[in-house]
Amino acid sequence: MIQQLSLLFPMLPMWLVQAIWCGVVAVLLLTFFSLFAGPVSWLERRIAGRIMSRIGPNRVGPQGIIQWLADGVKNFLKEDLIPRDADKILFRFAPYPVFLGVTLTLVTLPFSSLLIGADLNVGLLYIVGAWGLVVIGLIAAGWSSNNKWTLLGGMRSAAQMISYEIPLVLSLLVVVLMSGSLSLQTIISSQGASPVEWFIFSNPFAFIAFVIFMISAVAEGNRTPFDLPEAESELVAGYNTEYSGMRFLFFFFAEWGNLYVIGALAASLFLGGWQIPAGWRNFASAQGPILPHVFEVLMFQLKTWIWVLLIIQLRWTLPRLRVDQLMKVSWKYLTPFAFVSIVGTGLWMVVFPEGWLFMKYLLLFSMLAVIGYFVWRAIWQLRFTKSKADFKLIV
Amino acid sequence: MDYFKNIFESAATVFEGLTITASHMFRKPITIQYPDRTLSPVIEMLPSRYRGFLEVDMKICTGCTLCMQACPIQCINIEIAKKTPSPQPSPSRGEGDGGGVPMRLITKFNIDIALCMFCGLCTEPCPTGAIRFSKRFENATEDINKLMFKFVEEGKPVAPYKKSSG
Repeated sequence: MIQQLSLLFPMLPMWLVQAIWCGVVAVLLLTFFSLFAGPVSWLERRIAGRIMSRIGPNRVGPQGIIQWLADGVKNFLKEDLIPRDADKILFRFAPYPVFLGVTLTLVTLPFSSLLIGADLNVGLLYIVGAWGLVVIGLIAAGWSSNNKWTLLGGMRSAAQMISYEIPLVLSLLVVVLMSGSLSLQTIISSQGASPVEWFIFSNPFAFIAFVIFMISAVAEGNRTPFDLPEAESELVAGYNTEYSGMRFLFFFFAEWGNLYVIGALAASLFLGGWQIPAGWRNFASAQGPILPHVFEVLMFQLKTWIWVLLIIQLRWTLPRLRVDQLMKVSWKYLTPFAFVSIVGTGLWMVVFPEGWLFMKYLLLFSMLAVIGYFVWRAIWQLRFTKSKADFKLIV
Repeated sequence: MDYFKNIFESAATVFEGLTITASHMFRKPITIQYPDRTLSPVIEMLPSRYRGFLEVDMKICTGCTLCMQACPIQCINIEIAKKTPSPQPSPSRGEGDGGGVPMRLITKFNIDIALCMFCGLCTEPCPTGAIRFSKRFENATEDINKLMFKFVEEGKPVAPYKKSSG
């Protein structure tokens, strides 16, 4: 891409073209990030409202869809308060690692076979490393505010994120084991469009790894049931108690951005990413060069949004874990099972070098059966409670 | 053995919880969107014995001041003036007819609704039911003096209601 661009502008030096190109990509990614994080905050509040038999924000714009803009403007106009006894330099610095840690991961997320910030050959390692920056920001925020609540929140976030990083990375190792690469594009290319070609259904251990990945990614994103660093009912607002205005907003941008990163990682690592069936690809290629990429982007977004919505729903379903339960889940359940899934996947690849199609279909259909049972059970809940079902989704 | 039981139970309970929240996505919210998006005006949705602001029907007020005496916090202020009406010139009857009969007039009937605690003790002794609760309850204001409800305008005294005369 850069070579082609430098041919277009021959009078400019190469480094300048590269710098401009980097700037354009960065701005695009950040724009996408904010355009995701804003509306999704509205969406989450609407879903939370429905789950609690409320309505949620529905006044600003049609159905309240630009509520997030109003919130953003409000936060811009708020005074940027810094407590008198705070460590002022750290206090100002703290939101940036949190924001940066999440936005940096966007660089390697493959939106389609072409749309990717940079296809690093150590992409997965890079994502894990960049995500680690979040911890620094949270501890800095917790420490610098000079407030016992924020300090407790910061310490909790340190304990939580460090312990959950282990099962997270171990479950990612399973994917690396199967694809033999750390580059996200290569990982996606080694999967296929059909569900049985996805890594999640390739063997039972990979499925366990996926579950572990989802749980520990939710914990990494500080979302309920693992939102101990914030813990509204115990710590006021945890590490961001003393923050206001734009700095406060940065933390929340990071939280909702995290949501997308988790969904996108789950989609690309385990669910075949942007892979579209060969039939669609042939049809799209016949229409022109752009359409296949549009299909790929849509496919990737679809898979991502499934997990985004699931995590949102999970947040309003489960209560928060206790600190000791949090540690127990990580060290006694997730980490041993992550090791089991690594060893199991390795053995599976030795025993079945070509994969075992029966097991793939078994996993796929048991997953479908669980989803079917979920739908039936949800309908049963509607009937059982004798509360009137109302299929008008939006009020 | 508890180990695997815990895993199974956590998975099963999370699943069950998700089905419940998913079913709530298809239920009607019970929110009443006061003030502007209610099905019917809020005043009509209130129960019949709702204690809103006090109101006085001056047409049937006898000026007995029982309500003022009943009020435990003296938020009702009634002033009665005994006044001999000035002789009215009347060509047919001559002058000064009825001029000597003193007449009671209510010159002031104020209820300080900012002070009122809506106990309802004033409504009970009222012989004609002139003072009673309305269903009005929205009267936020920046000026507390606006919460002084004046049922008799200044300079326009009202004659009290009399059964015999009616």
